Amino acid sequence: MTYARDVGALARKDLLLQLRAGDTLPAMLIFVVATFVVFHFALPSGSSDLAATGLLWVALVFTALLGLGRAFVPEREQGVLDGLVLAPCDRSAIWLGKAIAMLVFLVAAEVVALPVFALFFHQLPWAAVVGVVLADLGICTVGTFVGAMAVATRARDLLMPLLFLPLAIPLVIGGVGASVVSGPGRYLEFLALYDALFALLCWASFEYVVAE
Amino acid sequence: MLHARRLGKRFGEKRVLRGVDLDLEHGGFLVVTGPNGSGKTTLLRICAGLARPTEGDLERTATRARIGYLGHEPLVYRELTGLENLDLYGKLYRVPERRERVGMLLERFGLWEARHQRVGAYSRGMTQRLALCRVLLHDPALLVLDEPYTALDAAGAELLDAQLAELRGERTCLVSTHDPARIEPLQTAALGLVA
Amino acid sequence: MSRRSASGDLPQSLEVGRTYRIPLPALAAFSAVLVTVAAVLVFFVAPNDADQGFSQRIFYFHVSIALTAYACFAAGAWKALVHLWKRDPRADLESYVAVHQGVIFGSLVLMTGSIWAKISWGHWWLWSENQLVLFLVLFLFYAAYFMLRYSVDPGPQRANLSAVYALFGVVLIPVSFLAIRLAQHFIHPIVFTRHGPSFGGWILVTYCVAQVAMLVLAYTLYRVELAGKRLDARLRELKEVLA
Repeated sequence: MTYARDVGALARKDLLLQLRAGDTLPAMLIFVVATFVVFHFALPSGSSDLAATGLLWVALVFTALLGLGRAFVPEREQGVLDGLVLAPCDRSAIWLGKAIAMLVFLVAAEVVALPVFALFFHQLPWAAVVGVVLADLGICTVGTFVGAMAVATRARDLLMPLLFLPLAIPLVIGGVGASVVSGPGRYLEFLALYDALFALLCWASFEYVVAE
Repeated sequence: MLHARRLGKRFGEKRVLRGVDLDLEHGGFLVVTGPNGSGKTTLLRICAGLARPTEGDLERTATRARIGYLGHEPLVYRELTGLENLDLYGKLYRVPERRERVGMLLERFGLWEARHQRVGAYSRGMTQRLALCRVLLHDPALLVLDEPYTALDAAGAELLDAQLAELRGERTCLVSTHDPARIEPLQTAALGLVA
Repeated sequence: MSRRSASGDLPQSLEVGRTYRIPLPALAAFSAVLVTVAAVLVFFVAPNDADQGFSQRIFYFHVSIALTAYACFAAGAWKALVHLWKRDPRADLESYVAVHQGVIFGSLVLMTGSIWAKISWGHWWLWSENQLVLFLVLFLFYAAYFMLRYSVDPGPQRANLSAVYALFGVVLIPVSFLAIRLAQHFIHPIVFTRHGPSFGGWILVTYCVAQVAMLVLAYTLYRVELAGKRLDARLRELKEVLA
């Protein structure tokens, strides 16, 4: 299927770009660990485990935001987006390729972040990890999409959190719910619903974000 | 190949293009001239399919896969090598025998030695030559070139002259330039825009 | 040889308005009448609530304004779809004005909800009120809509981005509502219970009148703002031509 091949070529390109730039992943790792340290001091003694779990999700969302804000910078700064838009491939492939690359980086950061969290605070239940995986999908699909929008404006990185955070609130709710509640099924289902709905919406409307 | 009637483009209330008529037949070579701010770039972007006109009609028989556009930006990634850039575009444009064609173009434009270097390290002239490779990679039926000579050095300009002469008659070209005398021998039609 | 045609005539108007069946002055008058009738019903005619007394009356407006806000956002999303799909040149401005009305009414929801919370429960804000929390999230979302719009120069890109964002908003509304409801299970136990009004007699009539009044008011304000903006745009357009 040529769509899959286009997405593959674009995802590979995006991974290469991020790897070559070399600063996104280290920055995300340092940021997330630093945030955990801040949380330790932000939680007064006697705070429950649950409070720390909630803050984990704050850390994840903001770490993702850090990485996502730079997603479309090479395209906009060098105007290369025009080149991709001119190509005969479906424009949504541009979004999907980049979202996949972002997902790889976010998961890479979490592979370090989650064990560090377990070290600093407490062990995470399996449902929390599943929740993280599901939420990552939502974060990367919506975040990449919104990143493309932000980068088309004058305000750029000022706008990125404003556009992303309201959309991320349901993900945080779903994730925290899955991490703390004894019957996490409902929350995991909700996360899956969010992922499906918004992925569909992003896929259908990316064309209009990049082309006239 | 390309027909436009009363083409106009505005951004909000700002009018950039007004009442332009254009006819370009298969194999034609149309040269667009005009001072800065006359809307040359906008016109070419519309013809290439990057922008939509807000007034008038545009008829274009070439699909996206058969159009090659060169704008003010070279449209290549600085962090990737020349070869990687062309490889990416080759895949996206589904170029048959991609590796051979990429190699052939790199060689023709004198970039074969630099193919594994990042584009960020290229000179301006080399980057523009790479952009030309990108444009020609998928053998487009319609070439839309926006001031292609500007960033080229003398050697590059000669290569472009040769390339355009080769394509003339077989491919349709729409070229904007500040130096119409250079390509006058090739042109079949001219269009002058007024600010 | 191709030629360029001269074009000295005035440009085709950017903002060709729609012709509406109901003229604006009549609409405004009707709206004023309805709102007055609704206010009278709410404050004087509807029966007192057994639990909360007089303060409960604000609820007629609170709920009707909330539904009106949803309607505005839905209308904004509809116009956004028309813009993207049919490329109707009028739809972008209409979508923007509808979203704007939605935000205005949304702010009123937050205000009336807050007042009600203070009067009834002594707090200016209640996280346990799902509708209120939802409107807070939506307010943030649509506030970003305006920031987005102001941050892009006028043109097709701004219209496209606004339209796509408006569509995201309308999907966010039910998703957020679901999420907020789910969140109540681990954020706050449902502490404040409220007896739902038994929808009989005057209560139903009052509510319906208030709802229609708010919808008509929103539509009137929408038409007024739209007319004003179209006039502005036409004026700027003419200035540009004459310059």
